[in-house]
Amino acid sequence: MKITEQEVRRVAELANLALTEDEIVRMTQDMDGILTHIDKLSELDTSNVEPMSQVLYDAEETATLRADVERKPLGNADALANAPVAGQGYFKVPRVIEK
Amino acid sequence: MSQTVDSIRAELLAKKVSAEEIAREALKFAEAENPTTNAYLTFAPERALAAARAVDHKIAAGQDPGPLAGVPIAIKDVILTRGLRTTCASRLLENYIPPYDATAVIRIEQAGGVIIGKTNCDEFAMGSSNENSAFGPVRNPVALDRVPGGSSGGSAAVVAQGTAVLSLGSDTGGSIRQPASFCGVTGVTPTYGRVSRYGLTAFASSLDHIGPFSRKVRDSARLLQVMAGRDEMDSTSAFAPVPDYVAALDGNIRGMKIGVPKEFFDGLASGTGDVIQAAIQTLQKLGCEIREIRLPHTPFAVGCYYIICTAEASSNLARYDGVRYTRRSEAAGTLQEMYRQTRDEGFGAECKRRIMLGTYVLSAGYYDAYYLKAQKVRALVARDYAQAFGQVDAIVGPVSPFPAFKLGEKVDDPTAMYLSDIYTVTGDLAGVPCMSVPAGKTPEGLPVGLQVIANHFNETAMFRVADTFERASTT
Repeated sequence: MKITEQEVRRVAELANLALTEDEIVRMTQDMDGILTHIDKLSELDTSNVEPMSQVLYDAEETATLRADVERKPLGNADALANAPVAGQGYFKVPRVIEK
Repeated sequence: MSQTVDSIRAELLAKKVSAEEIAREALKFAEAENPTTNAYLTFAPERALAAARAVDHKIAAGQDPGPLAGVPIAIKDVILTRGLRTTCASRLLENYIPPYDATAVIRIEQAGGVIIGKTNCDEFAMGSSNENSAFGPVRNPVALDRVPGGSSGGSAAVVAQGTAVLSLGSDTGGSIRQPASFCGVTGVTPTYGRVSRYGLTAFASSLDHIGPFSRKVRDSARLLQVMAGRDEMDSTSAFAPVPDYVAALDGNIRGMKIGVPKEFFDGLASGTGDVIQAAIQTLQKLGCEIREIRLPHTPFAVGCYYIICTAEASSNLARYDGVRYTRRSEAAGTLQEMYRQTRDEGFGAECKRRIMLGTYVLSAGYYDAYYLKAQKVRALVARDYAQAFGQVDAIVGPVSPFPAFKLGEKVDDPTAMYLSDIYTVTGDLAGVPCMSVPAGKTPEGLPVGLQVIANHFNETAMFRVADTFERASTT
């Protein structure tokens, strides 16, 4: 086994997912299958290879900076329009700090 | 509908029909056909008619109505449309109304295109069969008991069905080319950065692309022409000048060197292989010089891809936490419970799997073994292409190891589903332009697409090969 149920529970916590017991069992099997395939990468010697994080093309160093011109922002009302709970111009969440 | 961009333009300019009539007809047909395939999630009658009337006004005033004038276009539901529900085929965003348009959408409407609706897909574009939609799978219009492919299954299906002339999809590991192949239409993944990703819901940002679907190669070239080019809202969009793609379709590929990668024929179903071999012979008859080439790191590409895409996805999908976007769990007590319950109730099984895998490969102690390793293997895959394009002008091969499979046939084995992306993920990892063009059918009558791949920003070579091949195979 590449991964145990205990590890899956820990990862679920990191990922903020409240998986059910059934989901944990199934997830362990699925992740094990995929990680077993992924093991194939260890056959390759990559000690002298530079990692590639992005497809990059030549451009001037400042090319990605836009002109410093004011423009209208999205605005508070539009930004909050899809929030499940909002009020007073803010997103609302359950109480975090106890009195 | 057998319309094309050119036929619609000619009819509009000859005043044989109005853009409004075309839009009404398209909407009526699409709504009537939708119960068969479930390809649309939302229709946009008001938006479509407003856009069509604007085209009619321009024509009446003697102005140029734009290169996509009056063309009915469907948009994959991971691409934002201002004021028009955009669900990402997820319960989490069931009622999400975007406050802005994607750049690609803005450019389409500025070009006179008429957006008629939003198409079904795998949830957050994660899947190869369109069975991961929270709103039910899409059926393949060619064979209704089969999948249309994924993740852009709805966008491929509407073009195959003829309920839209063009559509937009997104491709991260094959999500445009594979459904195009399964449904018998053309689908294009442009060079990474060629089309702005602004307004495309992020799945794996270093791999995500927006691209067109059409019935004819020429129409995909026209749609890409409108969308391509630098956008200051996407810092990864490319500055490279945009050539005239349609002008390059001169039907002459004599003397072009075409590479056929040996690795793309391992594990290929015989029905698919026969169609691809015949297509290669056609290219040879058209005067191409066919060369066997090697892309030696292909067998490592699926593993590499599923580390990188899940790592990026786990980060990108962290934002769906019940605070900013529509749904929040009713069961929420504390803040932490709210996050967890919202995400557990909201995400489907495939999204959870990828979030979990991505979180795992990025977690302390595993980063070097998985994520860093995958980035190095990605460099090797990209180097394979760089070396190949030193010898050949374009590369051809299959898109998928097999044609459209039956609904439900592969849902229980995610690893097998991932492995079927073998011929498409390498192009995304390297960032090169690639497309699927219909090449024929298997003995059971299922479409097979030929994949055509070119070097960075050489869409003209890719389109020229596909267009010339299309002309030869339809005459």
